[in-house]
Amino acid sequence: MDYSRLIEKALKGDRLATGRLLSIVERDPRGASMVLESLPEREGYHVIGVTGIAGSGKSTLLSRLLTHYADKGYRCAVVAIDPSSAYSRGALLGDRIRMQMHATNPNIFIRSVSTRGLKGGLSFAGVAMIDVFGRLGYDKVFIESIGVGQADVDIMRIADTIVVVTVPGLGDDIQALKAGVMEIGDIYVINKVDKDREGANKTMEYLLFAIEAGELGHRGWRPRIVKTSAVLDEGIDELIDAIEEHYRFILGTGRYGSGRERRREILVRLLAEKMLIDALESIEIETGKDLYEGALELLRRVTARYVDTTGGGEA
Amino acid sequence: MTITETERIKVLVAKLGLDGHDRGAKVVARALRDAGFEVIYTGIRQTPEQVVEAAIQEDVDVIGVSILSGAHMTLMKRLMELLREYGADDIPVFLGGTIPVPDIEPIKRMGVREVFLPGTSLREIVEMIRQAGLERRKRRGW
Amino acid sequence: MTDYREDFLKKLRDKVEKWERETLPKSLSRYPERMERFTTLSGIEIKRIYTPLDIKDTHYLERIGLPGEYPYTRGIHATMYRGRIWTMRMFSGFGTAEDTNKRLKFLVEHGETGLSLAFDYPTLLGIDSDDPMAHGEVGVTGVAVDTLKDMEIIFDGIDLGKVTTNMTINPPAPILYSMYLAVAEKQGVPREKIGGTTQNDPLKEFIAQKSYIFPPEPAVKIAMDLVEYSVRNTPKWNPISISGYHIREAGSTAVQELAFTLADGIAYVRHLVERGHDVDSFAHRLSFFFDSHINFFEEIAKFRAARRMWAKIMKEWFGAKKERSLWLRFHTQTAGVSLTAQQPYNNIVRTAIEALAAVLGGTQSLHTNALDEPYRVPSEFAAKIALRTQQIIAYETGVADVVDPLAGSYYVEWLTDKIEEEAWRYIERIERMGGMIEAVRKGYPQKELTEASYRFQKEVEEGIRKIVGVNIFTEEDEEEVRNVPLLDIDPNEVEERQIRRLREVKRGRDSARVESTLNNLRDAARRGENIVPYILEAVKAYATEGEIMNVLKEVYGVWTEPIIY
Repeated sequence: MDYSRLIEKALKGDRLATGRLLSIVERDPRGASMVLESLPEREGYHVIGVTGIAGSGKSTLLSRLLTHYADKGYRCAVVAIDPSSAYSRGALLGDRIRMQMHATNPNIFIRSVSTRGLKGGLSFAGVAMIDVFGRLGYDKVFIESIGVGQADVDIMRIADTIVVVTVPGLGDDIQALKAGVMEIGDIYVINKVDKDREGANKTMEYLLFAIEAGELGHRGWRPRIVKTSAVLDEGIDELIDAIEEHYRFILGTGRYGSGRERRREILVRLLAEKMLIDALESIEIETGKDLYEGALELLRRVTARYVDTTGGGEA
Repeated sequence: MTITETERIKVLVAKLGLDGHDRGAKVVARALRDAGFEVIYTGIRQTPEQVVEAAIQEDVDVIGVSILSGAHMTLMKRLMELLREYGADDIPVFLGGTIPVPDIEPIKRMGVREVFLPGTSLREIVEMIRQAGLERRKRRGW
Repeated sequence: MTDYREDFLKKLRDKVEKWERETLPKSLSRYPERMERFTTLSGIEIKRIYTPLDIKDTHYLERIGLPGEYPYTRGIHATMYRGRIWTMRMFSGFGTAEDTNKRLKFLVEHGETGLSLAFDYPTLLGIDSDDPMAHGEVGVTGVAVDTLKDMEIIFDGIDLGKVTTNMTINPPAPILYSMYLAVAEKQGVPREKIGGTTQNDPLKEFIAQKSYIFPPEPAVKIAMDLVEYSVRNTPKWNPISISGYHIREAGSTAVQELAFTLADGIAYVRHLVERGHDVDSFAHRLSFFFDSHINFFEEIAKFRAARRMWAKIMKEWFGAKKERSLWLRFHTQTAGVSLTAQQPYNNIVRTAIEALAAVLGGTQSLHTNALDEPYRVPSEFAAKIALRTQQIIAYETGVADVVDPLAGSYYVEWLTDKIEEEAWRYIERIERMGGMIEAVRKGYPQKELTEASYRFQKEVEEGIRKIVGVNIFTEEDEEEVRNVPLLDIDPNEVEERQIRRLREVKRGRDSARVESTLNNLRDAARRGENIVPYILEAVKAYATEGEIMNVLKEVYGVWTEPIIY
């Protein structure tokens, strides 16, 4: 297949070509590395993770962020990661539903990725796509996931800036808040303030207390807190200011580069995992064996290859 | 060479038009998932522009459209025109819903691969979509 | 404790056991049963025979009683159809206001006793006909209404003091209600005299019909504004029709339909009580709307259980004192979803059976579907057969001559109890979640429906559920399908005509007055006031439906549904 023409078109902003290029990235790691190598290096694209506690309205908030960023002329991409699909079965990706109103916005490109049962929720394709979008000229690459718990935290760690969405009235159950996503934010949003102004103050107090106590924030960054009502489109520009402030902070302190390094490391690890899973899947399909038996079969074949030097190069 | 990814056909299930009758679309989406497809569902109240954009951004192999609002003639015509404009008319399109029999032929002439009337079995739908998806993948050399 | 004498029950138990030992095996060996397990359409397992043993704990006086008396299991009126036949209300409306006006007059001439308006999708969603989203949908599944002008034409020559009108409209209900009020005013009909129904049931939109616009909380607030206003100003109007129909059509079981509908009702009553209204000041104006599906006895049992449950809820949960507050008055529509595109004339038979179930279940009004509805809005021919079906049931069969004739049937009473028991379980679960508004936000009933409809479809595929013409007795070449006469409408022509009128109205109106009424509405909404009086003013200034809805969207926001399959 002639990739160069697709790449040329995608660099010019052709959406059909971009979509097809992403499929090459998704299809196999060889294609992914080829696409990445063929695209010019580009500095400064900003990877933003949006996550939050259940019922915080983070999808609506992300939607508002997209509208505001796109209106300001930024090119935005969304990688919507769905870690819920089971291994070696089909997948139903529903994240798009909540972002379809942006489908026709020329400044916004949305792509869904299923992780196909890989632990941790990250997939090789998902991570590779982020940098493909960056190199294709997108300014803001958003990561969104419908994952929960540790899977979600793992996904968010590949972002340069993490936005954690919370709700009014937090603080009563501090234990529940201690774990997981509440700890990773660079920016905390108190959404739905229109519903409960008093409760919003309570959450604010709680977050401030946690920040003062040194429980939140890391490496010289003091997390920002922003109040919003995504439904009523209030506080979004303030949120963007906070995100941009963090962006300038990581550029200024050299943390931007380390974010990219982290993605590369993760890619290598995921590549190894992916190769193993792919090999197992082929065996599963070929022989009808389940995952465990498939692993044994793989082991047998690998051993056989080392022992039987006459075997061909088939993997 | 990984076998499953080649067979993992991507389908966009789209509710075109203003009706909210998503029962059929959801049942088909689930049946496709259970049959090993990767399904992207658009949600309700979609315009032809939104559906075509979703299809090319996700680079799907097949588009399955559901319409129960009676606006199928206008909406499908527009959808097929847009696919041609974008150069994405290699994606096979299927339509399901309350479609009067006399409308089926004109819709197929627009380039719609097949029209599924109420009562069509899931097995039949899944099989036809699989065939169409595999054919498209073959054409792309996958 | 039981209504039966213990020695009788013992004798009966012995007799049944003996029957099972002796009579049954002989029969089973000669005629094995068709299936291992028999279930209702909702999946309730049913036995081959029911006896007094199955209802021995159902105290007649408390649980069944007499018609017109608590708990109203046998009907809300003492004489039921011996006094007055149910209202035959046929849902109709298509094209522009002129087309619908003609159809309404046609139905009135053929003896219809109540009107029922269907609106097109743009109207249902509060979008004007010239909005790009409306393209292709204008006047297709109902009549297009953009401004008061359209409603004036729809009811031209129809005296609003003499007919009652049902309007199937939800988020924009206060707008359409206000238009109706304005037309009545122009005709010189006093407000106290106008009668009819606005569906105005936002919660089932989230669960099933999906014509939602606002998020659940403001959606309920707006709907209850209309209830509040209507109770005070139009005492004969039913400002809400709490609807299970759409829930059922979207794939629920009969039990889910019943439970979710009553849970919606509970949420509304609770909202109004929290606003400071005495329950007896509005409860008598709440009405309901159910589906009548094809599993005959299950439907009858569902209707009977519904009345008993609602009476209990109103009396025991909300402390209602007035008799009318306890009544579950309901409209029924036969199941559109049970109709088949294949062999369409069979649909006449399905509809007749479903209509019979609704009548035996004690409905107050009834819509019978036309045979061509799997395809599109009914033709005049098909709509007439559907209406005649009701007339035959009413005047020929004699079923309307006795009140609740199936009471005391061991099977029907058992099934009524069973459905009630299962519905309570759902209601309790929803209560534990914090009520229906919370449940809907979490997607709980939506998820239940998706599961149920997928399960049903699988059963059809596997042949467990049999549908004539679909998976049994199918025909290859269906000549009759091709020959069904369909209503011929040209959507493009309708759209053009409608947009032309909308532009004319906009040109001819006082735009300063439109703007000021819309501003007043916005301010009132922000202050949290009842918005209906302000909508009425905007409507009279010929503000469009879309303009009014946009103001409300600004204040209340819009809803996107949680991801559920």
